[in-house]
Amino acid sequence: MITSVPSVVAVVLVAIATLAIGTWGLRLSRTTSDFFVASRSVRPALNASAIGGEYLSAASFLGVAGLVLVFGADMLWYPVGWTAGYLVLLVLVAAPLRRSGAYTLPDFAEARLASAKVRTTCTLMVVAIGWLYLVPQFQGAGITLESATGAPPWLGAVVVATVVLVNVLSGGMRSITFVQAFQYWLKLTALLVPAIVLVGVWLGDGRPSPDGATNDHWSLPLADGGGQGLYLTWSLIIATFLGTMGLPHVVVRFYTNPDGRAARRTTVVVLALLGAFYLLPPIYAELGRVYGERADANVLVLDLPRLMLPGTSGEMLSALVTAGAFAAFLSTSSGLSVAVAGVLTQDVFRGPRFTGVRAFRAAAVIAVVVPCVAAVAAPDLGIAKAVGLAFAVAASTFCPLLVLGIWWRGLTDVGAIAGLGTGFISSGLGVAYSLSPFTTSGWFDVLLSQPAAWSVPLAFTTMYAVSRATASRVPSHVRRFMVRLHTPEAVALDRG
Amino acid sequence: MFGRRRGHLGSEADRATFRTLHTASLASPALREGLTVTSAERSVRHLRALLGTPAVAITDTAELLAWDGIGDHHTHQCPDIIATAVEHGGTRVAGHRELPCNRTDCQIRFAVISPLMVEDRIVGTFQVFTGDATAGLVRAADEVATWVSGQLELAELDASRNRLMEAEVRALRAQISPHFIYNSLGAIASFVRTDPDRARELLLEFADFTRYSFRRHGEFTTLAEELRSVERYLLLEQARFGDRLGVTLRIAPEVLPVAVPFLCIQPLVENAVRHGLSEKGDGHITIIARDHDAECVIEVEDNGAGEDPERVRRALAGDAELDSVGLGNVDVRLRNTFGDDYGLVVETAPGAGTRVIVRVPKFAPGVHP
Repeated sequence: MITSVPSVVAVVLVAIATLAIGTWGLRLSRTTSDFFVASRSVRPALNASAIGGEYLSAASFLGVAGLVLVFGADMLWYPVGWTAGYLVLLVLVAAPLRRSGAYTLPDFAEARLASAKVRTTCTLMVVAIGWLYLVPQFQGAGITLESATGAPPWLGAVVVATVVLVNVLSGGMRSITFVQAFQYWLKLTALLVPAIVLVGVWLGDGRPSPDGATNDHWSLPLADGGGQGLYLTWSLIIATFLGTMGLPHVVVRFYTNPDGRAARRTTVVVLALLGAFYLLPPIYAELGRVYGERADANVLVLDLPRLMLPGTSGEMLSALVTAGAFAAFLSTSSGLSVAVAGVLTQDVFRGPRFTGVRAFRAAAVIAVVVPCVAAVAAPDLGIAKAVGLAFAVAASTFCPLLVLGIWWRGLTDVGAIAGLGTGFISSGLGVAYSLSPFTTSGWFDVLLSQPAAWSVPLAFTTMYAVSRATASRVPSHVRRFMVRLHTPEAVALDRG
Repeated sequence: MFGRRRGHLGSEADRATFRTLHTASLASPALREGLTVTSAERSVRHLRALLGTPAVAITDTAELLAWDGIGDHHTHQCPDIIATAVEHGGTRVAGHRELPCNRTDCQIRFAVISPLMVEDRIVGTFQVFTGDATAGLVRAADEVATWVSGQLELAELDASRNRLMEAEVRALRAQISPHFIYNSLGAIASFVRTDPDRARELLLEFADFTRYSFRRHGEFTTLAEELRSVERYLLLEQARFGDRLGVTLRIAPEVLPVAVPFLCIQPLVENAVRHGLSEKGDGHITIIARDHDAECVIEVEDNGAGEDPERVRRALAGDAELDSVGLGNVDVRLRNTFGDDYGLVVETAPGAGTRVIVRVPKFAPGVHP
């Protein structure tokens, strides 16, 4: 086991910095002024950086490079999908969602369908998706710490969970857009600087180019797998393209935009920022083909500088990447934990025994501890794979709700619940199958391990058909609500 | 054992009473919304369960609102029955003459019609259709109609309370005190010669401030709009008081899009300025808006003389003798909009300044600017 002092120092520094910002950040980041603060809304560029900072998780930071290293160019669909998800969000959802005034996804469901039952259903889904997304974050932290210090994998999960919990309970960091925006640039730097150095080393070495060295299908997308491979790719595309809009920690960020137009602009900038970031992991994967035959695919990004540059400089670069990876776990996990704790506080921990701060604390503990235990207990699926499953669930549940809710008047509460339930159960089957020791082969295995291609259409169809069958339950305010969703704020109009 | 159980559930008569009370409680929420087609449709089922007759109907003074039970072919006879009932006033029984029916199997032979009264005015009728109009049924129908009238009267009370609230908001809008207008214009006038540019700017701020405050439409606005108006107000007050009035604003930009009731911060700031400056020479106002997950927290603080907490409690309870009319009004409107958890919190003590804390959820159904 490798023990790297600079990496340990980097991890400790990132953890302390995160906690410090959480505790004192609010005071530091707010300059007090006398006047005209009310016109300083959050600019789209800043908000987009914040979304990027929260969105780029361990899967992006570590997972993509490892997958491409092992499985080849097919896996580039992961970063493509995670970016293109924002394109779908931009075209179909961003502005209307902002204009609806909803802060969380359950808020939107309640505003659109005027039903407490749909709200509760959505809350359950938010919690499920949030946990499913948190588990690989904690597992990733485990292997990162293992790579840096040789500590057992569960320790990293517990460390990150503890830092996140303390941070969420102190209640500071996440709410500050500026801090989240900084996280994006930290992550980008942590990947970009080593990448530039390593490419320089590779050019200096005069080693062969990766695809020349290995004469197989590695660099060709859709090279093998036949019909099943094609299905897997399509299913992945559907899950990632449509799943982004259902991620609880992304949606709440859109509330910060002053209007629908700003929401669209923010999304465009997010596309650019993510596009720039996702250029980097494939570089690591390519270099890994040349230098990293011995590397563990899960932590390729962390080990590569060390493998290519023995000595202090390699250690320092590894430390930088480790710091970036840790920042990635912390920011994404904090965002998800707050989102999950938020909906739990609003919809579960109510009543006389839970009030205000106490309810939020209880919710935060549950929001963090449950996925932490799951991360230690559950088998390691590979970070990107596990996050992919969370996207599949989000695409099968919230995507139909948002798309039909925004673009179709006929949606009813019963239809929404039926569609959400169908999508959740069918994509949940995939999750259960992936987590269980039970394995099979052939089409059955393929259909279950990537359920999105059939579960998303199924959820859409169910939601449509049941809504049609219960057409009398269409809420009476729907036309008015649609006008509000789709009319730009600048148009003078009675929105009632 | 058996004795205890009987004691627990009550005797047969007790249980009948419970059932009746429960059925009545099911009908009451709908009726508390007033006499409309929707409320009538939602409550009529329970009213029929109370009486156990083949059919009952709720009407206004002209036509049928809701019918529950059998014998739909009698519905077209309702308007005529209503007309006589409204003319007649009390509870009466309509027989064959008014309910002609040539179906031999029809169970409806009589109708018991009771007027629904709100404040001594007939607003509708309650009609019970039956095969046999016994004296007991007439009495029961009369009692049910009286109970429904009571519920409708409560609905009327709710409605007038809301109207009062709206009137108070309108009053608040018009309540920019004459003093403020004279003083602002006076302060602006003093700059006209010495600093014409500033005078012009202040005049424009004054125009924008009054335009916002006199705005006619919309119950809600964004926190950004409300704070912009507060800033204008403070600018004008500063023009008048100069260095005597210090202002600190700490606003998290994340909460600017939050929807808040129109004029819910400004009265608090006006109070703070009045209290902060009244006793001592210098006053300092601090306004903080923080992002708190699904809520936004706004604090308005002054370093003035403070107040007796008991007086504040009375002001919040609506005691009109105290000069903090704005405080009570803001409190009631916040509670009405977001629920009782979201009332004003006032921290004060004599000599310790005053801090008013407003919490607003980022999302509440039906609240949008």
